[in-house]
Amino acid sequence: MAQTLTGAEGLRSIPALLHRNATKFGSKPAYREKEFGIWQTWTWEETAQEIEDLALGLLNLGVNEGDFIAVIGRNRPKLYWSIVAAQRVGAIPVPLYQDANAEEMAYVLGHCGARFVIAGDQEQVDKVIEIQDQLQQFEHMIYLDPRGLRKYDHTHLHQYSHVQDQGRAARDEFGAELARRSEKPDYDSTCVMLYTSGTTGKPKGVVLSNRNVIESARASSEFDGLSREEETLAYLPMAWVGDFIFSIGQAFWCGFCVNCPESPDTMMTDLREIGPTYYFAPPRVFETQLTNVMIRMEDAGAFKRKMFDHYMAHARKVGPAILDGKPVSAADRLKYRIGDLLVYGPLKNTLGFSRVRVGYTAGEAIGPEIFDFYRSLGINLKQLYGQTEATVFITAQPDGEVRSDTVGVPSPGVELKIADSGEVFYRSPGVFVEYYKNPESTADTKDAEGWVATGDAGFIEESTGHLRIIDRAKDVGKMASGALFAPKFVENKLKFYPNILEAVVFGAGRDTCTAFINIDLSAVGNWAERNNIAYASYQELAGHPHVLETIQSHVEEVNKSVAEDEMLSGCQVHRFVVLHKELDADDGELTRTRKVRRRIIEEKFADIIAALYDGSPRISTVTEVTYEDGRKGSIKATLEVRDAKVVSVVPQKVAAK
Amino acid sequence: MLDASEGYTTADGRKIGGVVMEMKNITLRFGGVKAITDISFDIREGEIRAIIGPNGAGKSSMLNVMSGFYVPQEGEVWFRGKPRPQMKPYEVARQGIARTFQNIALFEGMSVLDNVMTGRLTHMRTGMFSQALWKGRAEAEETANREIAEKIIDFLEIQAIRKTPVARLPYGLKKRVELARALAAEPKLLLLDEPMAGMNVEEKEDMSRFILDVNDEFGTTIALIEHDMGVVMDLSDRVVVMDYGKKIGDGTPDEVRNNQEVIDAYLGVEHD
Repeated sequence: MAQTLTGAEGLRSIPALLHRNATKFGSKPAYREKEFGIWQTWTWEETAQEIEDLALGLLNLGVNEGDFIAVIGRNRPKLYWSIVAAQRVGAIPVPLYQDANAEEMAYVLGHCGARFVIAGDQEQVDKVIEIQDQLQQFEHMIYLDPRGLRKYDHTHLHQYSHVQDQGRAARDEFGAELARRSEKPDYDSTCVMLYTSGTTGKPKGVVLSNRNVIESARASSEFDGLSREEETLAYLPMAWVGDFIFSIGQAFWCGFCVNCPESPDTMMTDLREIGPTYYFAPPRVFETQLTNVMIRMEDAGAFKRKMFDHYMAHARKVGPAILDGKPVSAADRLKYRIGDLLVYGPLKNTLGFSRVRVGYTAGEAIGPEIFDFYRSLGINLKQLYGQTEATVFITAQPDGEVRSDTVGVPSPGVELKIADSGEVFYRSPGVFVEYYKNPESTADTKDAEGWVATGDAGFIEESTGHLRIIDRAKDVGKMASGALFAPKFVENKLKFYPNILEAVVFGAGRDTCTAFINIDLSAVGNWAERNNIAYASYQELAGHPHVLETIQSHVEEVNKSVAEDEMLSGCQVHRFVVLHKELDADDGELTRTRKVRRRIIEEKFADIIAALYDGSPRISTVTEVTYEDGRKGSIKATLEVRDAKVVSVVPQKVAAK
Repeated sequence: MLDASEGYTTADGRKIGGVVMEMKNITLRFGGVKAITDISFDIREGEIRAIIGPNGAGKSSMLNVMSGFYVPQEGEVWFRGKPRPQMKPYEVARQGIARTFQNIALFEGMSVLDNVMTGRLTHMRTGMFSQALWKGRAEAEETANREIAEKIIDFLEIQAIRKTPVARLPYGLKKRVELARALAAEPKLLLLDEPMAGMNVEEKEDMSRFILDVNDEFGTTIALIEHDMGVVMDLSDRVVVMDYGKKIGDGTPDEVRNNQEVIDAYLGVEHD
């Protein structure tokens, strides 16, 4: 342990791991990307070469040690190499969310004072050019895809391949300097800086050291027995800590292959072609896939549908038990085998999950039905709980102890404690160094002994030692009656219905709870199509009486289930509206990782909330919307406010489960 | 502003070369109906040239004359400095002219990729027999052609529908596939017949961007027909305006916009 904590075999940085991989198993594939319809492969040796050329090119452009280099774009090998090349020249890579608008980008680039930007394509280049006057330190931009950029002024703009060419040409001049800088970083040097998406306030730059990243990658790889043979698909935002750990941390530690999709639209096809063995997705992706499967099954012929329903029912009965290695009768096993041949196998193949050995979901709670669906197919889907400040891992579910309502046991090396307020605290080798240029927030979050506040309220189940998360600590409140109010608890139950994409529950300090609901356009749209219901817009569909009827029945079912919880039975939804627009990150209503921003929603839709509580049957409202290109517009709507049946709860009643 | 032999430079700094195609006093009749009356104009290397006009002005007839599908009763089409003899459509294609159609003309049952590959047909030299055997030159040829097709698929961002049968695609995407097939022929001159017809605003914006990118990236000379004035004025370097088979204006978008005859044609003044 003592040895690994200072970096085993001198592997104290990502460039050091790269060197090991390139020398020990240089001919193994490291990165793949589908381009022009073919998977192009780079071995570890080639990867090391590409990174070296780029690093030399960066030196040639005048990168100093300690400079910040922003990396913006979709998942592409060249951008991952940019991150490592930045580390090799002693600079600090800062991956940014590619769908951030110019204003958000200006804040982050200004905050870290990036001198260099490496951007994927014209769209990203345009954004940076738009804001470059606000950036004092910004000097050079490198781009990957030259399309549409030919006519741009190239005094501060460089094509990626040209930078590499110049780097290669300048090897004699800069080779020694590069070697010196690559040797220099120790275990406490900064590895990367990642900006948190920030449900409140401005994004914060989380500084992670080599120790944080490598220790987390090592511990988590050992936890799941990850090897050099894994295949992963990199499609989640590069600015998100999870992608950094999976596609760089663990990939470099284990030496496995990272596959990049051809374009964001081809992700599902690419997933199927690669068949990853180690897969990560937020619940939303699993939900979407399940919704698509269900929609396609509804359109399938009667025979297929019957077969699907029959064997899925069997899978739900015994599938999870078989996966957990629990005893199952021989007859059931045989039937499951047949089901695997006829239904589960082909379905997994279509979904791209045939080879998944370890699958994780995190970020949000996942619906038990969705979770069980995948597990019953024999896909080892597990939950983990983490955050940027912990370099991802706080808790994770070990094989054989998987449940949809917990987030698992503390990851190796992590200590947990629950404060009196119910807030979860942790301490681990992955605990971040600091928030960049923000000592107050650092002190607020991390105490002198290294304990970090998660901001989430939860408790540890005594019988199993698993952690259960209730809600964001600051969102957990009291209702006027003094009853506990945990909006996320109810919202998650609502969101588990395929027809509901997003829900926001209000009720802190009030007598009753109410809710905003967003319909899921693909699920509800398909339902409308099958029932010959014509609609011209999202707004019209969302306001359709039949749709409201369906949503109302979902809300009432949720109320029934909420009423069963002793602590939270007061959180039943009394009134709700189906919103006329989708909550959107461009409008500031969600974060870039699609978490609800309550304060902003409360302010923006104050008139609708008022209508929810004053008993009016409908509300006319005008909402400002931001289009993808940044233009603003507004939409008018009259929304129906509906009352939902609630279950009356006798306070003394003992919950019978 | 225009020199007969030299080119000119556009407002955004592109160099426009010499004349590629010249229409000389074209008159086209169907029986007693005069579709086109004595029209002359030229198209220069690297430019985006638009032909606009109200419905029934003779725009599509003009495009069909340019593509060699119609043979005018009077006048000549000059292509690359020579008068063009009467030709079969495939001979026109071999000369480096590709087109798209107002009413999409794709092979509905075939995948997007196969449709784009048909655009490579004029570049294939191996015979049916060797292609069926899939040996030697035929294989190498298909690989090379596939590479070009894939680059165009990448360029037009239709990777996600590569294997999808065309019949299953929405209208806007079909239009894009048609453009892809035309581009696969690596044309010197690309004729677009109402590329934006029937599209919504977003699809129009996408298509406009692709047209500009094609011109910029491959240096393809583009002649397009459109009746959406707004789109044309933003896209093109020079515009020919037609009305009732006659040319009533020719020049840069600004010149055309201020031309009284053009304004009359669009706002509807009584003809005498």
